Amino acid sequence: MLTVVTFLPLLACAVLALAPRAVPDRACVWAWIGTAAADLALVVALWAGFDTRGGMQYEQRVRWMPSAGVGYHVGVDGLSLPLVAMVCVLFLATAVYALRETRRVRTFVCLFLFLQTVSIGLFVALDLILFFVFFDLSIVGMYFVITGWGHGERARAAALKFFLYTFTGSLALLLGFIGLYLAADPHTFDLVELTRRNPLAGQGLYAGLVLLAIGAGLAVKTPTVPVHTWLPPAHTDAPAAGSAILAGVLLKMGTYGFVRIAMPLLPGSWRHYALVFVVVGVVSVVYGALVALAQTDFKRMVAYTSVNHMGYVVLAVGAAGTLAGSDVQARSLAVTGAVVQMVSHGLLTGALFLLTGVLYDRGRTYRMDAYSGLAAHTPRFAAATGVAAFAGLGLPGFSGFIAEFQIFTGSLASQATATAVALLGILITAALFLRALRTLFLGPPRLPAGIPAAGVVDLRPSEAVATVPLLALALLIGVVPRFLLDVVEPAGRAVTELVAR
Amino acid sequence: MNENVAALLPETALVAAAVCGLLAGSWLPRRRQWAVAVLAAAACVTGLVATSVTMATGGEQTVFSRTFAVDTATDAGRLTVLAALLLIVTLSAESVRGHKRESEFYVLLLLTGAGTLVLVGANDLLTLFAGYLLASLPGYVLAAFAKDAPGTEAALKYYLFGALLGTTMLAGVALLYGAGGATLYRHLRIGLPTAGYGLVAVGLVAVLAGLLFKAGAVPAHFWVPDVTEGATAPVAAYVTTLPKIGGLIAGFRLLHQALPLSDVNWPLLLAVLAAVSMTWGNLAAFFQASVKRLLAYSTISQVGYLLMALAVATRTDLAQRALLFYLAAYALTNIGAFAVVTALPRARSLADYRGLARHRPGLAAVLLVCLLGLVGTPPTGVFLGKLEVFSAAVDGGYSWLAAVAVANTVASLFYYLRWLAPVVRPGESHRAAVLGPLTTGTAYTAGTASLLLGLAGGAVLPLATGPLLG
Repeated sequence: MLTVVTFLPLLACAVLALAPRAVPDRACVWAWIGTAAADLALVVALWAGFDTRGGMQYEQRVRWMPSAGVGYHVGVDGLSLPLVAMVCVLFLATAVYALRETRRVRTFVCLFLFLQTVSIGLFVALDLILFFVFFDLSIVGMYFVITGWGHGERARAAALKFFLYTFTGSLALLLGFIGLYLAADPHTFDLVELTRRNPLAGQGLYAGLVLLAIGAGLAVKTPTVPVHTWLPPAHTDAPAAGSAILAGVLLKMGTYGFVRIAMPLLPGSWRHYALVFVVVGVVSVVYGALVALAQTDFKRMVAYTSVNHMGYVVLAVGAAGTLAGSDVQARSLAVTGAVVQMVSHGLLTGALFLLTGVLYDRGRTYRMDAYSGLAAHTPRFAAATGVAAFAGLGLPGFSGFIAEFQIFTGSLASQATATAVALLGILITAALFLRALRTLFLGPPRLPAGIPAAGVVDLRPSEAVATVPLLALALLIGVVPRFLLDVVEPAGRAVTELVAR
Repeated sequence: MNENVAALLPETALVAAAVCGLLAGSWLPRRRQWAVAVLAAAACVTGLVATSVTMATGGEQTVFSRTFAVDTATDAGRLTVLAALLLIVTLSAESVRGHKRESEFYVLLLLTGAGTLVLVGANDLLTLFAGYLLASLPGYVLAAFAKDAPGTEAALKYYLFGALLGTTMLAGVALLYGAGGATLYRHLRIGLPTAGYGLVAVGLVAVLAGLLFKAGAVPAHFWVPDVTEGATAPVAAYVTTLPKIGGLIAGFRLLHQALPLSDVNWPLLLAVLAAVSMTWGNLAAFFQASVKRLLAYSTISQVGYLLMALAVATRTDLAQRALLFYLAAYALTNIGAFAVVTALPRARSLADYRGLARHRPGLAAVLLVCLLGLVGTPPTGVFLGKLEVFSAAVDGGYSWLAAVAVANTVASLFYYLRWLAPVVRPGESHRAAVLGPLTTGTAYTAGTASLLLGLAGGAVLPLATGPLLG
């Protein structure tokens, strides 16, 4: 079942790639929408049949390369199922948004279908090499999206930077995986097996180096300060759909790696170096927010808020490794908050980047000072962006609030100072979103030079269908979060116990 | 004494086909000389079948006073060499058809292939040197096959290097013989530890010099870019693939079988050479504009990764499997990339590849698979090879080498992407003339095989696991 969910988009990609050239572009996009919808339906069915206390479920295991310790092993638990669902929702939204794409549509659709397989595969992988395969392929796929459909010559430089940074990270990750593999006896890359055996328990420096390699690899992808510098250009110069997937899905691969691999497999070193992650997290929170505040480019600003939001997640997983001064409940609350934050950020940033794409489509620039009083021309667009911004700054009633509340409550007990500093991040984020909304939507109506006021169209149906459900889902999680928390909490507790052993 | 000639069937098949091809070529009219190509391909297939039979029936043995071993490494090496040779024969078919010396081309290719096979199985210093000569001499001629100025210069450079380092190697053989009192590896294993340190060290370095020349590793790499650039594309594919397989397996066998107990610190020497090779190759490849030169430097850096397995030859059981698998994956991937270059004879610089994805999506896909494969992107064969080699290096206590290799892998990404970027960029290419279906077919085959090798690694890896025979 999981295999079908994972590889359905790839199958569609292959069919489209081999289809005759006569197939019109629109049909390709509709095929993508159909595939994404079918995939989402399958995931909903998986969710319906998911036993919240059952641990790892829907497991499938096939011998792949037994002599190299590599197997095809997939499964979902409370950590990965919400992320898989989020991936499917976001890809469906992106597919609907892509109805307006005009450049080399078929290749574009194929690349995104490929990326969808890769993204789902990563979140269901229970083998380190399988995880790595998807991790690396996500970089390759996104590189071609940015370089092929980004904004001109700058996009190629940004894509190269993105590739080099994240590829470096992925290779550090690979070294760490090899370290784990060699430590286990018999050698294996199987995540479940490695979690059970805890091969690096009590191996001080070696375990520390492995954690350094894995931590560095994941930190680049997340990204945290100081390895975040690839993110702003990549986001700014990518097409809107690419940014949405990059921010919504690919960044989660890093943070998911922390809760899926680094914490359960290296509990001893994780506890030992938890403070490092807390500090990195807090610095990302504050630095990301401050730099976002200084931006004049709307898309760049949204990109930096991603650094800020991912910082909360890193803070939470760091706090979950601090045993002193905290109890199990607080720590599992922090982990749960981290996972909810991943889901929430995926939905909200996805929506924000798609809306940013709409802004660019209308005005051909992201500069905030080029616009003013847009609300008069485009009330629906202004409303959607406003909702997304408020949700992004953590307003109660939206998913971001649930997530950040849990993170702060869970971290406060053991890392009071860090949590207090991180709260500043919320304040700054609120300021910057409000400032952006004021600049763009309020004041006397003004548009970039050369754009006639009559030419500015409000949110089109396809754009609305792509973004509004994402916001509605964020609202749903914010108002009735139980359906999500029931799934995440047991898994969060399980991770906490694994770290504490 | 085992004198089972049947165990040498692959080598015999290549030599016999070479002799028959030479005779037949003298009598065949020029338009029918393609028959020699068919003969060469048939010889490769015969060798492949014979090797498969050996592997299936457990025919591992040493023959002729143990001077030649037919074991796991030989079997894997034979499969790789013969498959690579087969691909190169089909790759050349269209570009040398109707050439004045068409049949000689295949004869030389077969002879150098036979030499490579001897290198792969050599279990004795003199057999090793014989293999070296047989593999090298036809290679010099092939480099100059086009009889143009760049080809002649390339061949001269290749020959001078080969002659110099071949002589050095022969001197090394003499020194090791003097030190160990034998040329058989199994005797040297016992004799060398008691011999003088300096004598063994100098002898080993001299012998390795010849093998590093074959492999195209630093510091014996200076011929690689010139020969790759000067020779025709199919010859370049040969020159960057087959000698490496022979040289590296021969080196592995020598180190693993003859020097496991010696107190000469050859692991460190090879680790340093590996690090320097991959770094040098990468740095030099960075700003190349010519595709053949870029590939040439990329092969130098690939040898660096392969040498990692030699450095830890006796320190971990993973080394042999890693080397053999990586070699097979590298051979297929590298030939795939050269096949694309061959198929587009008018595209010489990176810029000439602009718009390839639009006009020739099939070739662009092969290039994508092969270049990303050379970087080590999963799930291609080279990725699995790299994974094995890195694991072996860490397991063998050379974690720093693995870290250097990782840094180099990232660096290599840069120049491979410099090539791939124009391929996927939209644009009109006026140099998209493509050779016939046999060449493009070879490209597709090699590309697919390099991808499949990664996916089906589970079935292939056990073939590379097994003891070496002494």
